[in-house]
Amino acid sequence: MTKYAFYPGCSLETGGIEYGMSSHAVAEALGIELLEVPDWNCCGASSAHMTDHLLSLALPARILALAETLPVDEIVAPCAACHARFAAVEYELGRDEELKQKVNSLLERPYTGKVKLRYYLDIFSNSETLAEIEKKVKKPLKGLKVACYYGCLFVKPPKIVNFVDDPEDPQSMDNIIRALGAEPVQWPYKTECCGASLGVTLEDHCTKLCNDILRFARDSGADCIAAACPLCQANLDMRQVTVEKKYGVSYRMPIPFFTQLIGLALGLDPKTLGFPKLFVDPVSMLKKVGVA
Amino acid sequence: MGEVNLSQVMDRNRSFVDRVIEESGQDIRQCYQCAKCSGGCPGSSAMDYPPNQIIRMLMLGMKEEVLKSHTIWVCMGCNTCTTRCIRDIQVAAVMDTLRQEAVRAGYVDKAKLVLSFNESFLWTVRTFGRLFEPGMAMINNLKTGNFMKDMQFGLPLMLKGKASMFPHRIKGRREMKKIFEKVQGGK
Ligand code: SF4
Ligand code: SF4
Ligand code: SF4
Ligand code: SF4
Repeated sequence: MTKYAFYPGCSLETGGIEYGMSSHAVAEALGIELLEVPDWNCCGASSAHMTDHLLSLALPARILALAETLPVDEIVAPCAACHARFAAVEYELGRDEELKQKVNSLLERPYTGKVKLRYYLDIFSNSETLAEIEKKVKKPLKGLKVACYYGCLFVKPPKIVNFVDDPEDPQSMDNIIRALGAEPVQWPYKTECCGASLGVTLEDHCTKLCNDILRFARDSGADCIAAACPLCQANLDMRQVTVEKKYGVSYRMPIPFFTQLIGLALGLDPKTLGFPKLFVDPVSMLKKVGVA
Repeated sequence: MGEVNLSQVMDRNRSFVDRVIEESGQDIRQCYQCAKCSGGCPGSSAMDYPPNQIIRMLMLGMKEEVLKSHTIWVCMGCNTCTTRCIRDIQVAAVMDTLRQEAVRAGYVDKAKLVLSFNESFLWTVRTFGRLFEPGMAMINNLKTGNFMKDMQFGLPLMLKGKASMFPHRIKGRREMKKIFEKVQGGK
């Protein structure tokens, strides 16, 4: 059984609750063990990053140090913002012993770097797990067209996030979608930023970026956009009504997490996978694959 | 931008440019002004100066213009510029440094909302160990005097069972407090 330390981050318990639900259900079905980091704290996200450099490293370093108490070699974070913070710790503390000691002097348990960060999509898209998924597909998602949306912080900058895929035209999620029997569409907005961080301060611009993404997905013929990050997902899902109002359009584009799609194809119950938690009603999409 | 005597400005603000280079760890003098960073920037249409111009202005020592710009607060840190730069400059890291410099130098007019958001966010993290959104929203609204902000999302989240009513308090709260006190000088 493959084991990973799992860092849910704050949003998997609130706005992205269905990402957590579907992740655990799918992992169990595939024989992957996700061990939650004990007593984890918030990674501080961009707020810490903008406030104080040391703080922005110490908060995620505490989490990585706690992950070192688990019987694992690798840690995954399904949230792109958390992933980016962990990547920054690995990158900066890995190259600067003095900085590492400075950060460790703030922590009760020192961070050694023993547990390595792994890209969340990759624990499903590696060739072994992909073969396992193909074997276990019960309800192929025939005819479903999916726009894979990777989010920017998972893939950029590749040197720091240690991304194993192409940052401009990644394929990991596309390969998963294909293994499920669905069809990934070709579209240019796979890794464009959705502007979630401007939601509070410059909402208009955020709405514009969301509109661009939704429009391109629709024009590429997608039935849904599959998300890999709870922040991107919340932004495209919850804000969609606002976008539609402002631009006088109607997308009604469901924004499921890729883990929810894996679950559907494995024949798991849509409720267990958290489909009713989505804001934009996914019923059209579920009907298309014959589960509603 | 008006007329400026470049060589004078450059001398006066030399130390500033050097500091930006040092803090960000990015040697912006390597910039070719190819503007590839700006071409892919999702924020550029809302910025007063596109990213490549900010780099150029820095080189010219235009400290005030840069620190007062909208650009640094529109930047979302998406790292597209960093990914595409032909000279391996982490432009997004330069933006990080500029935001910190702007706050340090008191140019916070355009950043009030960002800063109050960050403070409210970090207050809940410092206190509970994790983000507590209702608490953050409340403090943020008190700080900005905008009581309806984000109410549009509060109710729908609640109806979907996606809002936590009570904060989760982690065990390591004392450690969290210590981290915050040490980095911010007990603020
Ligand atoms: S990205 Fe946001 S929500 Fe996710 S853990 Fe980090 S701070 Fe908390
Ligand atoms: S796409 Fe949006 S939410 Fe996702 S990582 Fe980028 S900015 Fe954050
Ligand atoms: S992409 Fe790099 S070299 Fe080109 S203008 Fe931007 S910072 Fe300069
Ligand atoms: S990090 Fe900032 S400057 Fe760079 S492309 Fe993204 S929004 Fe533009």
